[in-house]
Amino acid sequence: MSPTTWGWLVLLFPLLGTIAIGLGFRTYSRAAGMIGTAAIGLAFVCAVGALISLLDRSGAHREVTSSLWNYDVSSGVDAGLQILVDPVSVFMMLVVTGVSTLIHLYSTAYMRSDEGYSRYFAYLNYFVLSMLILVLGGNFVMLIIGWAFVGAASYMLISFWYRRTTATGAGIKAFVINVLGDVGLVLGTFFIFRHTHTVSFLGSFAAAPHVFHTDSTDLVAGCLLFLVGAFAKSAQVPLHTWLPDAMEGPTPVSSLIHAATMVTAGVYLIVRLHPLFQIAPTAGEVGAIIGCLTLLIAGTIALVVTDIKRVIAYSTMSQIGYMIMGASAGAYSAALFHLMTHAFFKALLFMAAGSIIGAMAGSQSLDRMSGFRKAMPFTFACFVVGGLALSGIPPFSGWVSKDDIIAYLNNRGGIYEVLGILGYIGALLTGLYTFRMIFRAFFGDPSPEAVELEHGHIAHAEVPTNPANGEVEDVEVGFPGPEHAIAEREPAMKIAMGLLAVLAVIGGLAQLPGVDHVITGFLGSSLADAPLASAAHEPTTTSAWVGLIIGAIIGLVGITAAYTIYVGRVGSAARFQAALPWLHRFLVNKWYFDEAIDLLIVRPTLAIGRFTEAVLERIVVFGGVTGGVTGVVRSGSAAVRRAQTGLLRYYAAAVILGLSAVVLYFLISST
Amino acid sequence: MALGWYLAVSVLIFCIGAGGVLVRRNPLVILLCLELMLNAANLALVTFARMHGGEAGQIFALIVMVVAACEVTVGLGLLVAISRRNLPIDVDELHELNG
Repeated sequence: MSPTTWGWLVLLFPLLGTIAIGLGFRTYSRAAGMIGTAAIGLAFVCAVGALISLLDRSGAHREVTSSLWNYDVSSGVDAGLQILVDPVSVFMMLVVTGVSTLIHLYSTAYMRSDEGYSRYFAYLNYFVLSMLILVLGGNFVMLIIGWAFVGAASYMLISFWYRRTTATGAGIKAFVINVLGDVGLVLGTFFIFRHTHTVSFLGSFAAAPHVFHTDSTDLVAGCLLFLVGAFAKSAQVPLHTWLPDAMEGPTPVSSLIHAATMVTAGVYLIVRLHPLFQIAPTAGEVGAIIGCLTLLIAGTIALVVTDIKRVIAYSTMSQIGYMIMGASAGAYSAALFHLMTHAFFKALLFMAAGSIIGAMAGSQSLDRMSGFRKAMPFTFACFVVGGLALSGIPPFSGWVSKDDIIAYLNNRGGIYEVLGILGYIGALLTGLYTFRMIFRAFFGDPSPEAVELEHGHIAHAEVPTNPANGEVEDVEVGFPGPEHAIAEREPAMKIAMGLLAVLAVIGGLAQLPGVDHVITGFLGSSLADAPLASAAHEPTTTSAWVGLIIGAIIGLVGITAAYTIYVGRVGSAARFQAALPWLHRFLVNKWYFDEAIDLLIVRPTLAIGRFTEAVLERIVVFGGVTGGVTGVVRSGSAAVRRAQTGLLRYYAAAVILGLSAVVLYFLISST
Repeated sequence: MALGWYLAVSVLIFCIGAGGVLVRRNPLVILLCLELMLNAANLALVTFARMHGGEAGQIFALIVMVVAACEVTVGLGLLVAISRRNLPIDVDELHELNG
């Protein structure tokens, strides 16, 4: 079969899964998990099929498009239901469907006692469908559709436990910020379409070098608007505030959407549109600087956050900062490579965190977790594997992929070299905050929950409460369910985490400098037309290895520091906090981004809204426009009403007088 | 011209009818006056038909008679309904339908 046939099949299975679960949820409530997992598993098989049939083709013929029908072909618009199967989209398809299958499997156990079990799987399948539309779309219209769909899916899944006020608030926040990004994407598309006169990717890319000169205004404006979309979706500064709040959703959702797949869509966007970014280097610099800022800001916040899921969320932001920085600078294959390894180890970390949260009876606070090492050996092992991969310790996958990006930046020189060095500082922070989390949750004296688990049963809260604000849960609907699941007891969770742990260990071997280059080789034909991705910009094997060794040392330093602070000399964290209270306050308040956005955007908008409500609506619209019209009609009708006396003979007189007048008029005018 | 007298009679009857409609208050008499006006119109129609030598005016007169018959039916029906409800037989008293 041709690659595009496989591509359509990849889209078909999640669609069927969504429809089947969404419509039949009453009939087979418990089977929904199996149906959902099977649908995504089949999509993964088809993605592999697409990969094989693409590999049969020679490099130049690996970009295949297919269109089912056209939405609109009038006046120069050529928007169709079109997919583009090329190495980049196949790569993304494999990552998305592969990780999604494992997370669906994990969810069948994790969400078992939830009242909304089949609703959950309908949403999750819908999300995978949307994400696949996003990565497979062959033109800007499909991209925007997928982009908006994943935003909607993200909203539904963040607010999944809809009786929690914190969850609904977080869902709205995520949706609003993501819509801002959607608007950026749509407007950016107009800037490009104005000059290229086509919405298809391949057509735009072919036309772009002829209609735009380097850094022409419209192109840079378009690319910056695309970057707004990418920043909103990928939680980059200053549009990142929704991601930590999005941790209100179920943990597998955080694992799938807010770590492995959706939030990396911004990276995919830059790589997909690289022919445009190639001739807009200014936009690329902006993207790289924002990515670098994000990775540092998120890294510092992750040092002080005490909610385990939020620590991982900030680390996700930080790692996506690396990817955005790399992709904006031109390290496309390195960014996608890091996207893949990050999907493995970050999904793993979230799954392991879900397992601990299960053992903690729903509590997510690191302050209460301690000493789970003996009680949960499998979760501990997975967490450590994920943590080592995240910190970039050899031979784990994150080591190769992160330093791949930094080596490219250092090799490119100029401002990028500064960003690369800042990236190393970020790596130090990564080691520190990751192992802070591990040492606090797994080392030290066992907490009461850990002791209970060592005696063979999982802790349960007497009255279920929302971990975010302590409100008592509504146990009928919109509640995680009374039974907690931990990986040690659930084979489905164990399989998913085990497979991801293996991938997190060996994933990096796909691209060791000087040894093999599976990723670059495969993606090469898509990136062949990019001067920034050419061999001249790729670091030499020697410099890449130097970078790898530096990265490994920095990661180890971070871990050692974490060990000293949290295990070696217990209490040093409190001393730091006492010594620098202003710094701690600054970080705990997340650099005051929420407050700044509130002050600069939310409050002025509300003030404008109140002003227009009081002046425009009440006085001008109600008083002037509608009040004036009704006043005229009312007084006019009051005047006319007097003629209606109800006396028959008046009417007769009026008719006769009127007729006489007409007759007289005609008589006079005819003579 | 001799036909002018017919028209003069027609105008006379029409004015008597119109005057009756305007000054009388009993609905029965008003109906009678309406009939007078219609018949005055019929007379004028027939006169003009004669004057022009065509049939159209005569046919119109027949149609006016049919309409007049219908109108009398409805009018008398209303009158019967009014008297059955013991309402005053006086059009000036029946003026609730005002603005």
